[in-house]
Amino acid sequence: MHFIFKTRYAQDINLFRHGGQTFWYAALALALVAAPWLLSEYTLSQFTFIGIYAIVCLGLMLLAGFTGQVSLGHAGFLAMGAYTEAYLQANGWPFMISLPMSALVAGITGIMIGLPALRVKGMYLSIATLAFGFILEEVVVQAESITGGNAGRQVGALIIGGINFDDGVNFYFLVTGIAVLCILGVLNLLRSPTGRAFVAIRDSEVSAQSMGINLAHYKTTAFAISAALAGIAGALYAHKIRIITPDQFGFLQSIELLMMVVIGGLGSIQGAIFGPAFWFVVQQFIVTGKDWLPPAIGQQTGLQPTIFGIILIAIVLFEPMGLYGRWLKFRTFLEIFPFYRKGMFKRQKSYMKSERMK
Amino acid sequence: MLQLLQLIVSGAAIGCIYALLALGFVLIYKATETVNFAQGDLMMVGGFLGLAAMTLMGLPFTFAFVLTVVAMAVVGMGVERLVLRPLLGQPAFTVVMMTIGIGYLARGLVTMIPYWGTETHTLPVPFKDEVIWLGGEGKGLVMSVEHLVIILATVALVSLLYVFFRYTRLGIAMQATSQNQLAAFYMGIPVRRVNMLIWGLSSAICGVAGLLLAPITFIHANMGFVGLKAFPAAVVGGFGSIPGALVGGLVIGIVESLSGFYLPEGFKDIAAYVVVLVMLVVKPNGLFGDNLTKKV
Repeated sequence: MHFIFKTRYAQDINLFRHGGQTFWYAALALALVAAPWLLSEYTLSQFTFIGIYAIVCLGLMLLAGFTGQVSLGHAGFLAMGAYTEAYLQANGWPFMISLPMSALVAGITGIMIGLPALRVKGMYLSIATLAFGFILEEVVVQAESITGGNAGRQVGALIIGGINFDDGVNFYFLVTGIAVLCILGVLNLLRSPTGRAFVAIRDSEVSAQSMGINLAHYKTTAFAISAALAGIAGALYAHKIRIITPDQFGFLQSIELLMMVVIGGLGSIQGAIFGPAFWFVVQQFIVTGKDWLPPAIGQQTGLQPTIFGIILIAIVLFEPMGLYGRWLKFRTFLEIFPFYRKGMFKRQKSYMKSERMK
Repeated sequence: MLQLLQLIVSGAAIGCIYALLALGFVLIYKATETVNFAQGDLMMVGGFLGLAAMTLMGLPFTFAFVLTVVAMAVVGMGVERLVLRPLLGQPAFTVVMMTIGIGYLARGLVTMIPYWGTETHTLPVPFKDEVIWLGGEGKGLVMSVEHLVIILATVALVSLLYVFFRYTRLGIAMQATSQNQLAAFYMGIPVRRVNMLIWGLSSAICGVAGLLLAPITFIHANMGFVGLKAFPAAVVGGFGSIPGALVGGLVIGIVESLSGFYLPEGFKDIAAYVVVLVMLVVKPNGLFGDNLTKKV
């Protein structure tokens, strides 16, 4: 275990806390750069998907994991980004402008959804976001002139400055680059007063307010940033999948995004990447493994939801901090070997406190 | 005028389904302060159980009905005992995520059944496709028997629940638990067992809703999405109120029915959600809701 002897205040807010971390993240960066030459085209394409979903999950993590506002309509923001990008690109806007525009449009939608959030909280908020998700999906279906309705909409090839980004390797680098920028942005945000305010709101709205945090302002900001990240991911998703239909952005998608975040580990940036990575790896296992199973189990459409449902329930029951929590325990076990004790990460239980006044 | 009445009646019938599901939410919410996102999927499971009892076991509708309700109560109690009780004392979001997981898993498990779970089925009820004329054959109000059964069954069930909560020992214990768990525990009420029974009761109501809804829609794995409209119903009524759930369900059902007729295509599906958003902005506590201010 590293014990850091702090000699400067700046050390408190360092991105990398010690040399070991710098080394491992540098190694990871190197591996990501080298990936196109080491992996097959198909695997690289899966990595691209993980990158795209990591950006959405990052936004959802900021909202659900750091601000404590659970959104059940996040696929709606994804849709806003995807359709904005598809529409603007078809009208000849360059990617360098249309991508920020997608983020902006999704962010403005986020503010609109954040506004009722000022009056409601907890599960009421979840229901409000759920309602918004359904309404957005229906709007996409009805606005046929822009979105192509249920038939879907084609997305053109992505060319930036004369370079064709439709090629798997180029697009992989584009997605990875944007994902890294987003992660760094969120990390910096969380070190800033705004990020601290988010965490304070998550831990207790009443005490945050007592400390002079403007709940309305910060909650709306959280929604806007989270939606903007989803918008960026939506734009990339549109280019990756090439044909977008409303049913890709339905309620199930929102639920699955939330599941990824919870499986990854609520309240950790790493969780936002672990979640989608784990999701796609397991999906791959199911696709390749189902031929080995008896057809009565392997060939059913319900196989994938069943497995993910069981995984989610197991995670919620046994590992509330998700995969990141599991990794944290494993690391602590190695670092302080042989002094690891069973109860070190035990959950605190509390009596149920009613929010009703009676 | 007659047409309006017609729309209101059919809306009220669907509204009764929403009301029953909302009643299920409210019971669980009042007792344990958790929101059950698996409610719609439990209804779907109820529909499939009823279908299995009628087609595979060849039981008549009444027997199949009773069997489904009992089976659903057992399912609900099992779910509470197995996966929700270990989460006692955890934050509300953990439990919400668990119910989402249960719903997701239920949908997956049903579609795992070969040739059956992925198909769309009709429930062969004895009163299928029959109509009753109110006020003269051919000129009065047409009412399908399916709608009538839904309304009558809802009224009967709600009166039964009223009597249960008002006069039986267990019902009063449930009320006490929902008001203050700790105080109820001190009074000698086995709070955990009562919670388990409430889950059983709530999923039995879901089973009833599933069987009533099956004749007018169909039985399929995504039937649970109808259950999501029970959220608007519960919110409009005020989340912690049993009469509110009924009124909310009726409001949502009737608004949906009217907007399907008078407004352009597409509005019917989202009418419930528009109503709930307006309600949340205007009066977040609902029509019959409690004060939700948090004590420090």
